[in-house]
Amino acid sequence: MGGASVLGALTVIRARNPVYAAMGLLATLFSMGVLYVLNLAHFVAAVQIIVYAGAVMTLFLFVIMLIGVDKAEDLGETIPHQRRLAMALGLVAVGIAIALIARGRFSWVPVVSTLADPQSTNGTVEAIAEPLFREWVLAFEATALLLTIAAAGAIALASHRRPVAGLEQETGVN
Amino acid sequence: MNFVVTPGWYMTLAAILFGIGALGILIRRNALVMFMCIELMLNAVNLTFIAAGRALGNLDGQLAVFFVLVVAAAEVVVGLAIIVAIFRLRQTASVDDLTEMKG
Repeated sequence: MGGASVLGALTVIRARNPVYAAMGLLATLFSMGVLYVLNLAHFVAAVQIIVYAGAVMTLFLFVIMLIGVDKAEDLGETIPHQRRLAMALGLVAVGIAIALIARGRFSWVPVVSTLADPQSTNGTVEAIAEPLFREWVLAFEATALLLTIAAAGAIALASHRRPVAGLEQETGVN
Repeated sequence: MNFVVTPGWYMTLAAILFGIGALGILIRRNALVMFMCIELMLNAVNLTFIAAGRALGNLDGQLAVFFVLVVAAAEVVVGLAIIVAIFRLRQTASVDDLTEMKG
């Protein structure tokens, strides 16, 4: 599953066609869901599949279709050595991260705690809801507000037809 | 040989995924694909949260992932709306053509 997620991620950044990139992202998100289940995060895994693989990917594909996929992006470099530099930077960053993880010999936290009581991290709906509506209730209400504002903002951004047409004429003069 | 998948392996996988996402941000110029790379990086961090939460034996990691999911959904909605608005204005989704703020 880890291999599948990495493969999907590589598809995202290598695919010329945005639809293929979206499919790669879908593969990654699904394998992440499986990895969540392996880590006993059942509820979060379900939410991941529904929200990410369902809603977000539908939105992405919808926008891809809206914008049009006929123009494949050219993957050439505009800034010289851009790709090589980016690759080196990414490798260095990942190397540092892995080195930091490996410094603790893959046991920077006591793994015994999970073996002692696996039920303590069993992310069922009840187990998640308990702290969510007790000490995290303020954050929960804040995210509700955030979602409302985001939806309103998206509608406001998407529905301004006339000002956009006016701007288009202005840029046409340039 | 007994191979145990410790949280460190999940962390390593998350680091690799995050690196791929960052690499995609750096080398791609389609705004949509850059957005997908942001999603990739968010997911990598989520995996870290889950693995760490399990290793530490409490549920706070999963709750953090829950909130990250909500914020990511809101971010996708607004970001895609902005991309669509830009596309209506300019007929392009490539960030190279968006040089309006060039000094």
